Amino acid sequence: MAEMMTSSVSTPDDSGFAFRRKVKNHVMKAVLYGSATVTVSLLLFLIGYLTYKGSQYITIELLTSQTSYIKGTIGILPNLVNTLYLIFITMVLALPISIGAAVYLTEYATNRKLVKLVEFAAGTLVGIPSIVFGLVGMLLFTQLMGLQQGLLAGGLTLVIMIMPTIMRTTQESLKSVPNAYREGALALGAGKWRTIRTVVLPNAVNGIVTGSILAVGRIVSESAALLFTAGFGLVLHGFIQSLEASSATLTVALYVYASERGETGVAFAIALILMIVTFILNIAATYGASKLKK
Amino acid sequence: MDTKTIIDVEKLNLWYGDHHALKDISMKIPANRITALIGPSGCGKSTFLRTINRMNDLVEGVKITGSIRYKGEDIYAPNVDVNNVRKNIGMVFQKANLFPMSIFDNIAYGPRTHGITNKAKLNEIVERSLKDAAIWDEVKDRLKDNALGFSGGQQQRLCIARTLAVQPDIVLMDESTSALDPISTGKIEDLCTRLKEKYTVIMVTHNMQQAVRISDYCAFFLLGDLVEFGTGEQIFSNPQNPKTEAYVTGRFG
Amino acid sequence: MKQISSKQQMVEKGMYAFFLFCGILTIGFVLCISVYLIIAGIPAIQKIGLFDFLFGTEWSSTATTTDPKFGILPFILTSIYGTAGAIVIGVPVGLMTALFLAKIAPPKIAHVVRAAVQLLAGIPSVVYGLVGMIVLVPWIQDFFNLSSGATLLAAIVVLSIMVLPEIINVADTSLCAVPKEYEEASIALGATKIETYFRVSLLAAKSGIAAAIVLGVGRAIGEAMAIIMVSGNVANMPGLLDSVRFMTTAIVSEMSYAAVGSLQRDALFSIGLVLFLFIMMINILFDRLIAGRKS
Repeated sequence: MAEMMTSSVSTPDDSGFAFRRKVKNHVMKAVLYGSATVTVSLLLFLIGYLTYKGSQYITIELLTSQTSYIKGTIGILPNLVNTLYLIFITMVLALPISIGAAVYLTEYATNRKLVKLVEFAAGTLVGIPSIVFGLVGMLLFTQLMGLQQGLLAGGLTLVIMIMPTIMRTTQESLKSVPNAYREGALALGAGKWRTIRTVVLPNAVNGIVTGSILAVGRIVSESAALLFTAGFGLVLHGFIQSLEASSATLTVALYVYASERGETGVAFAIALILMIVTFILNIAATYGASKLKK
Repeated sequence: MDTKTIIDVEKLNLWYGDHHALKDISMKIPANRITALIGPSGCGKSTFLRTINRMNDLVEGVKITGSIRYKGEDIYAPNVDVNNVRKNIGMVFQKANLFPMSIFDNIAYGPRTHGITNKAKLNEIVERSLKDAAIWDEVKDRLKDNALGFSGGQQQRLCIARTLAVQPDIVLMDESTSALDPISTGKIEDLCTRLKEKYTVIMVTHNMQQAVRISDYCAFFLLGDLVEFGTGEQIFSNPQNPKTEAYVTGRFG
Repeated sequence: MKQISSKQQMVEKGMYAFFLFCGILTIGFVLCISVYLIIAGIPAIQKIGLFDFLFGTEWSSTATTTDPKFGILPFILTSIYGTAGAIVIGVPVGLMTALFLAKIAPPKIAHVVRAAVQLLAGIPSVVYGLVGMIVLVPWIQDFFNLSSGATLLAAIVVLSIMVLPEIINVADTSLCAVPKEYEEASIALGATKIETYFRVSLLAAKSGIAAAIVLGVGRAIGEAMAIIMVSGNVANMPGLLDSVRFMTTAIVSEMSYAAVGSLQRDALFSIGLVLFLFIMMINILFDRLIAGRKS
């Protein structure tokens, strides 16, 4: 009892433990702040450095001309164009099947096992490294199907890669469409497909858009899967031609200029462009996702 | 009323933002007794309980005036070590919240936090705390088992043991039996009655029978006011305030 | 009237078939990838011998004066060391950043840091490779006084930055989901908030954190373009300050000139198969962890 009465909440404990504990707490706090600082500084450094280096080399000429040994010019117009073509091809093919798969899973599928299997397969696809996609794409589309290296083979490879991304966000927004909408339409005698087309899908647009933005980000930043499918070509082609002509996107061109041709200036110019595009896509995706939540 | 006062509350006011949740509460809580806080939900009884070990500090936008003296010291004074307050004034929550680790590690968590690393000493504390919480016989062979594998009632008694392990003076209980079946509740009530030899127990309960059964003192809260405070007998058989009477006879709440 | 409804029925049936097809497509893709990698990867392994292929320490695919050698142990070990290194650096930093975000950062700062993490995740591999090549490699070269700074160490540093965003994201989410009751219990016992986060919150989020680490491993072991630019690309047995070649970079660096039908090219597919098997093991582990978290 005597001991109890001396225990006090304000008298400092001078056992040495209190001091060690205080130090430990400060160290733990410092570690947390330090780590977050490291993460943010990495990004700030990248932004600063790429802006500084890249802006020295970005010129109108670089953006609007193509590389030619004969004329001795360097330009990244073909790569800009190829990237846009690739986005177009990939999205045109990937959107319907990804949305279709999501619709199947949320609106039609009754077999739990099949749904699980499809979701497992999608998860597996997300985890497979780009370079493996590149190998399989090369085997499947250029060797087996006989396509020439070009944006079609590259696009088909990327379709497999990005399908799970669009599928997932679409699935999520389909799940958030209230069942009452479906019942309302079905009760009016609309068929299942008609219900989906007129009531369900229009209410899931946000998810589809967000998934598409994420997918475009992935297409823009992809390189390893494209090396042996879309190729390294730096020459400007028309759309149809480019489908089966070796065509480097911005990322592949960055790699070629930096590591094979020693043109680091051009590489930095491309890196800056890629960073800006990533930045814009990120903002768009965050905006889309916040709308999705509502 | 020849008992010592352990908690002396004076003109305590508490606001959550603009909401005035506790209004001018003053009371003297006696040591080594069970004090029950009763009242309809939202009356401030839980909020009041949480001011006694400063758990309300965790809530953002909370403002407190007045004083709470623990053995004469204001626990809201600037030089007070809040961790020390919570070491001396332990708390058992509504739902059992054992950590996802073994029973031993759960009970030893508090002592380790306060610097005890000696294995023999820890063993001793764990055994003593489990015995004090009357659960030693049930778990003594399973100390290494994950604590989350036990029944709700057992988990709640383990939570009490964990609280006792830091050797508090006061045990606060926030509706600690409300999620339990009658048998488990009975065990914990027996336990509380035994605990008051060594500890002071302050409990929030919405179960009037429970308050009648085990409380020595009782405080009735309504809309943030302390309406009446007295011995259990006084509150339940001879309430001075008509509101108290209305509540304890079951006319509202 | 009857005609219309039967036409409608046809459309309904057709659409159902289309959706079913799309749904099954993902399974088809996975099967396709597995089957093709096995078909393409087996022949070279048969020719070289499984043991010599996996445990051979010498790779000289284009040797002409002697027999070419196809031992990929250097690549496997480099991939394992590189990944381990990235995890050793990336996990503590990532985890502590996640703890900062989930528990102690003021909401506004947390918002900014999370946006920064998203941006780091979106930056293409080749950009990391480029910056590593121009900034990090010369720095390592000078610091350790090497003939070339393109080393395993450089690759590890680049990889550890690249695994950060994923680790932070997943760990952040699972730390935010830790029930408040655990933390309250700890604080009520007299632990400080920081002690609580380190001793209780991290423990309570452990399956989510394990999942984050596994994701990071998958990302690191599969990365190719960033590290090919900073690792020197020589088929050495790995040393921290040696130029090295990973499984992924071995494929990238030789595929473009390996002749169709040659053993060299087939062996590159076999490397792809080995890499794929590594990833499948990691995926299964990840799935187990997620399942463990739900139950």
